[in-house]
Amino acid sequence: MSNIAITDAGPSTAAKPLLTRLGAGFVSRLVIIVPYLWLLFFFFIPFIIVFKISLSQSAIAMPPYTPVLDFTDGISGFFAGFRDLNFDNYVWLTQDALYFKAYVTSVIIAAVSTILTLLVGFPIAYGMARAPATIRPTLLMLVILPFWTSFLIRVYAWIGILKPEGLLNQLLLSLHVINQPLIILNTYTAIFIGIVYSYLPFMVLPLYSSLEKMDYSLIEAAKDLGCPPTSAFWKITFPLSLPGVIAGCLLVFIPAVGEFVIPDLLGGSQTLMIGKTLWNEFFANRDWPVSSAVAVILLLLLIVPIMLFQQAQARAQEQDK
Amino acid sequence: MKSLGSIRRDFAPWNDPNAKPYIQFENVTKKFGDFTAVNNLSLTIFEREFFALLGASGCGKSTLLRMLAGFEEPTAGRILLDGQDLRGIPPYRRPVNMMFQSYALFPHMSVEKNIAFGLKQEGMPAPDIEKRVAEMLKLVKLEQFAKRKPHQLSGGQRQRVALARSVAKRPKVLLLDEPLGALDKKLREETQFELMDLQQNLGLTFVVVTHDQEEAMTMADRIAIIDKGEVMQVATPAEVYEAPSSRFVAHFVGNVNMFEGKVAERAANTTRITGATGAQIVVENNTDTAAGSNIVFAIRPEKIKVTSKKPADAVNALEGEVYDVAYLGDMTVYHIRLDDGQIIRASALNAARVTEDPLTWNDRAWVSFRPDAGVVLTR
Repeated sequence: MSNIAITDAGPSTAAKPLLTRLGAGFVSRLVIIVPYLWLLFFFFIPFIIVFKISLSQSAIAMPPYTPVLDFTDGISGFFAGFRDLNFDNYVWLTQDALYFKAYVTSVIIAAVSTILTLLVGFPIAYGMARAPATIRPTLLMLVILPFWTSFLIRVYAWIGILKPEGLLNQLLLSLHVINQPLIILNTYTAIFIGIVYSYLPFMVLPLYSSLEKMDYSLIEAAKDLGCPPTSAFWKITFPLSLPGVIAGCLLVFIPAVGEFVIPDLLGGSQTLMIGKTLWNEFFANRDWPVSSAVAVILLLLLIVPIMLFQQAQARAQEQDK
Repeated sequence: MKSLGSIRRDFAPWNDPNAKPYIQFENVTKKFGDFTAVNNLSLTIFEREFFALLGASGCGKSTLLRMLAGFEEPTAGRILLDGQDLRGIPPYRRPVNMMFQSYALFPHMSVEKNIAFGLKQEGMPAPDIEKRVAEMLKLVKLEQFAKRKPHQLSGGQRQRVALARSVAKRPKVLLLDEPLGALDKKLREETQFELMDLQQNLGLTFVVVTHDQEEAMTMADRIAIIDKGEVMQVATPAEVYEAPSSRFVAHFVGNVNMFEGKVAERAANTTRITGATGAQIVVENNTDTAAGSNIVFAIRPEKIKVTSKKPADAVNALEGEVYDVAYLGDMTVYHIRLDDGQIIRASALNAARVTEDPLTWNDRAWVSFRPDAGVVLTR
């Protein structure tokens, strides 16, 4: 009898977990595979193509570079093309001071804008997090609201505000604050205004989410232990909002480095930013290999802050455990 | 001699007319918009007293504590600490410290940094801070957890850190907002006694807010029972329990049986009461009640004896039927439906392992009690 029982139980108990294990493993693997496939097709492969072009030479042809790697001469022809690839364009980037200056200016402008955005965004996020819970969704809505209008239109609107005969100057003139129009448009100030305005939501949202989580009784506890309000801010509120500060700064800094539209529309022709340089190389000079090299360097320049960002996130997650 | 004394026999400054009050609430009112959280409340707390503010949630007890800490200012009235008016003094300049209900430990600081926080604010020299922190860690038995972050501790350990942090500055008064609320029952009982020891050893004045009457009874020298922003009674735990001043207090603290009735006859030492349902009860005089006035007779379940036959010598004995029996181990709770319809709760301590006179459902039973077993309430 006992034998029968064992053989009876055997297949059913063994088969079931196996099936579920297979099923669960398959589903979880699929979930992981999808984003990796996305990255492979829309990030890694395009990057490889751009990287290959950056190693080619400019040519008056279609496409405008040589060598073109294809299989018209068979596999050996495909590999023969590799011999013509070289790092000349990267060497060129170091020889013309223009590129170095453009990278440095971009990083400086992005860094200054990020700090300005943080200075503007922190009080906004703090005010939102301390607002009555009933009006917080409305405030959040207002922060996201500008996204409903085209980014380009909003930047154009700033031209209307900042130009010498624009709204701002008219207002200040009519209030007799100034005697003659301020020149803001086509200066770095205009770029800073444009970047701070455009990227503010990316700063406010992560800051808000970290400030909102904070228990207000911590501030009361700090005061109770003899800490005046300003000191309590720096000792409690700010350190606890640091994950939000880091996330917000990276979300602003990374796209700001490669920003093209804002410096082009608000900064005028003399501004030297890498996004604009890239655009010029690509469309004005039709030098795809050099612009590809510029893009690859820009990417490497941005990978460092992204890695820092990920490290900060990992650390924050560890803290939550 | 009969007495409703305090547990700490030698400590009763509230009975001493010359004792100097330490904390005084003088006609304090606090309004939040239209809502009156505290209504014209006056209260006196003495130095080294363990004082409990007991009440249901939303009764205003936490607001009292927050006004003492400085997080709220009274709308009217004033609060004095050691003779000094606290109005306008911000929380960070008050010589009181608070232990928060949520503990409010700084999550980005280790246990020792949390404890040292207040001392650093004071500008205490580093070696002294180190010494005091070590002392505090020893006091709450957390020496080996000094480097841990709050999220790496259990609930009980966090509670201890919060306590250590709030007493580290040696405040004049320690305020505790539901200090044991987040702990499980067993840990709570242990911690109650630890808090009492701590208060004795440090010689501090403790003001604790709680909704748990057992907690207040166990720890406090005196209890203020608060309802709707007003003080209902301030007294020692024994007085609150055995001599409640009103129906509300009698109901709020412990279980109670109430007989609505009228004073039928008032003699030299005893008063005869006729219950609304006809029960005749004789009680010792403890209030000035004229014959004919409406009163309530309140008696605690454990003061009532339940027997199957009428006790020969009982002054007060009422007949009924066993309606419900609950055996709780240490005691048995009977619900007796009197013949007039009223249900009486009586509890009997199971002092012996076997009973001679077991009562069960639907048995006829007598409830009896002494003339001094209950109190007559007029409010």
